[in-house]
Amino acid sequence: MNIVKSFLMLACLLVSSSLQAGEWSIDQLMNGLAQTRSGHASFIEKKSIAILDRPVESSGELFYTAPGRLEKRTLKPRPESMVLEQGTLTIEQKGKRHVLPLQNYPEIAAFIESIRGTLAGDRAALERAYHLNLEGGEQGWTLELLPLADRMKKVVERIRIAGERHELRTIEIRQADGDSSLMTITQMSAP
Amino acid sequence: MKLTFPHSGRAAIAVWLALIIASIVIIARSHFTADLSAFLPRTPTAQQQLLMDQLRDGLASKLILVGIEGADEASRAAISKNMAQRLRSAPAFVAVNNGEPVTTERDRETLFNYRYLLSPTVTPERFGVAGLHEALSESIDRLASPAGLLIKQLLPRDPTGEMLQLIEGMESSRQPRMIEGAWASQDGKTALLLLQTHAAGSDTDAQQHAMAAVQTAFEQAAQGVKGAELHMTGPGVFSVLARDTIKHQVRVIFIVSSLLIAALLLAVYRSPRALLLGFLPVATGILAGVAAVSLGFGVVHGITLGFGTALIGEAVDYSIYLFLQSEQGGADRSGWVSRVWPTVRLGVLTSVFGFAALLFSGFPGLAQLGLYSIAGLLAAAAMTRFVLPHLLPADFRICDVSAAGGALALLSHQAGRLRWIALLLLAVSCVVLYQHRDHLWNRELAALSPVSAADQALDTRLRAAMGAPDARYLVVVDGQSEEAALQSAEQVSLALQPLVTNGALAGFESPSRYLPSEATQRARQVSLPPSDVLEASLNEATEDLPVRPGLFKPFLADVEAARQMPLLQRVDLEGTSLAMAVEALLVRQHDRWNALLPLTAPENSAIDTAAVQAALDQVPGAVFVDLKAESDHLYFGYLQEAILLSLAGVAAIIALLLVTLRSPSRVARVVLPLAAAVLTVTAGLALFGQPLMILHLIGLLLIVAIGSNYALFFDHSDAASLQPRTMASLLLANVATVLGFGLLAFSTVPVLQAMGVTVAPGVILALLFSAIFAKRAHA
Repeated sequence: MNIVKSFLMLACLLVSSSLQAGEWSIDQLMNGLAQTRSGHASFIEKKSIAILDRPVESSGELFYTAPGRLEKRTLKPRPESMVLEQGTLTIEQKGKRHVLPLQNYPEIAAFIESIRGTLAGDRAALERAYHLNLEGGEQGWTLELLPLADRMKKVVERIRIAGERHELRTIEIRQADGDSSLMTITQMSAP
Repeated sequence: MKLTFPHSGRAAIAVWLALIIASIVIIARSHFTADLSAFLPRTPTAQQQLLMDQLRDGLASKLILVGIEGADEASRAAISKNMAQRLRSAPAFVAVNNGEPVTTERDRETLFNYRYLLSPTVTPERFGVAGLHEALSESIDRLASPAGLLIKQLLPRDPTGEMLQLIEGMESSRQPRMIEGAWASQDGKTALLLLQTHAAGSDTDAQQHAMAAVQTAFEQAAQGVKGAELHMTGPGVFSVLARDTIKHQVRVIFIVSSLLIAALLLAVYRSPRALLLGFLPVATGILAGVAAVSLGFGVVHGITLGFGTALIGEAVDYSIYLFLQSEQGGADRSGWVSRVWPTVRLGVLTSVFGFAALLFSGFPGLAQLGLYSIAGLLAAAAMTRFVLPHLLPADFRICDVSAAGGALALLSHQAGRLRWIALLLLAVSCVVLYQHRDHLWNRELAALSPVSAADQALDTRLRAAMGAPDARYLVVVDGQSEEAALQSAEQVSLALQPLVTNGALAGFESPSRYLPSEATQRARQVSLPPSDVLEASLNEATEDLPVRPGLFKPFLADVEAARQMPLLQRVDLEGTSLAMAVEALLVRQHDRWNALLPLTAPENSAIDTAAVQAALDQVPGAVFVDLKAESDHLYFGYLQEAILLSLAGVAAIIALLLVTLRSPSRVARVVLPLAAAVLTVTAGLALFGQPLMILHLIGLLLIVAIGSNYALFFDHSDAASLQPRTMASLLLANVATVLGFGLLAFSTVPVLQAMGVTVAPGVILALLFSAIFAKRAHA
């Protein structure tokens, strides 16, 4: 009985994936992303800020543990670590720790939630704050996030996250004031 | 039977009635309290005065912590916000905080406007070329970090990041979590609010109103939410709860013990009239005692009243002696007066001598008890002697107790045989006491607190959840003026900073962080360069940085404004949480100002007091205070004083007996059973693991005071000739006393309970030992 059930389910899966091979859906992307339990990657981030003559560049490593822990360890230009866990952001600079309850900083919260939500494949969380658009296929997709709240629109114009299969490659954030940032991610160990 | 002294009788009754009326008038105007005042010294040192002021009217005393539990996360946060909105318009509260950005906006505005006067990094070097270059590079790097979003708008006005410096300094203290836009505990199960009342914590009535306002706001906010619970704690809440508890228990104990004693007397007298007359001395004693305390102290503490109910059991003894013994052999009451009164009078005097020692206590609670007892016992005894006989109707009779008394007398004749057993018990008690000698006494002030353990646990829990610093360690400096105190606080901050850097301290607070001294503010103003100089330095500093100098026009304008602006004053902080901090940390004490700097211990370890002390040696006049040690020290001082006073009381009793009895051997016979009772009870308490506190000690003194009556009766009438009625009256008086005090043993207020468990068994033992050790014809 059980064997028959499993076989039937397997068959269904095969059929559905073959049927939708052409149209890569948000649900499929999210399901795939949700499979990743942990990850370790290096990043380079370039920020173009209007008040600065040239972009500022920073680099370091990213650590992710599903579903809610995200650590961004910046090594250059200044060592700094940022840990998101349970709705609080802990920033360590020059040996000092700052704890930001994200609810106090909704703009930063929405920013970070866009990355965490994507990594976790948490569609519901993403759709609370953003309208989602998906382009491309499994081998090369781009997820565009457009903020819903007016308050957020004043800060962020759009966020574009590009990737392959269930791995993120770049995160591009365009702010409402024209400033932008581009983070390029390179996986360091198999998820 | 006729009234014996009609004229003097009428005069006595008139005097008595006048005193009763006067007492009632005084009591009606009395103020009753249940706060900590009874436990605070009457003549404090400067340190203790500070401690007391903080406890009574300090900011800490005005805080109410509110916890909302039950229901779900979202409902709790919604209730918190709704309550906060209602309470912000309530007149009882100065501030209502639940994490909502109501005060934060105002705080940030103030910090930003005064950033160049508030920030400790404002020095001449920082505004030179090198300093600007370093500060700007750092700010630019910060733009690349996640927090960059926050500082981007600030950069043109605050390129050196002073605002960030200030916020970082203030956020270093732990903050509650935010859930759904309101404060919550770390485990997320409790929504938290922090309220500050207008009234001082010692204003119990106002605190009760504030609590009622919180309760109402909660009920309205939680309408339709199932399972939501409200918890409140704080010093003011404690006062209110303590008053309610004491009031409730005193009332219950008073009613129950009155009923029990009445039932007992009714069973013996078989006459409701005798019962009523018997209670007159008791009522007289209570009224006189309360009125005397009110006159002597201005306020009457709830504990005194609680004690007062127990004293019914002793005051009723006098009428028992009168009723039971005056009927002897048909002799009239003048016979009682000449025969029995001297013994009763000596008993009253020994009690009064014992309690008189307490009057000299620096511990107001004890002094009140002393005065209450003296006034109450004297009034009750005098009423029994001078008024009661005239009130007894001619045909006054009570049930004959001779038969029962006879049996008792027989028993007491046999009691001598128990002498060896009693001596053995005494020896065992001495051994037990010797073994427990090191932990006989409880040395903590908290032992006296009338607040239940459950309420104290709730307080600890909410406080931890709020991340409120435990205000155990403080550095205190004082000055002639606010300015002087602030300058000293700045010196202390400077001395303590290295300890924070090397991790010996997690941090510390200082009023100078929120309101720097004028000298410091002026120094900061002076270190800001004039506009043209600053602009030139800025141009040079930004040469190799990716910014255009033109960007910083707003910065130049702000610095120029800061150079000219009037210095930050206390009033400028009004309406911000900074004002709250200054109010708490900078307090006026008569004509001097104290700056308080609470220290926070590093996580999971204690404060290295030696290191703090060493650091403070550089600052003249800075005092390092461990509040817990200070309060325990205070209590221990009381305890030692109480021991000395009790011994003095016992010495006074012995001296009185020596003078009246004129025979050391008789005095020894009176004192022996009392000493035996005291030792046995103390050993018993030690065996049951009850560490002794001051009120146990007072209980022991009471055993001596009450027990002396029994011992004197046995001494006066040779055991062989002890009349059956006297015997019966002693037993009845003893049972009445045990009922009065025994009920206290069931109180949840520790000080009342302590007295109950000491006195009730003690007086039984005193009677037994008196019978056992009484002189006998054949002995």
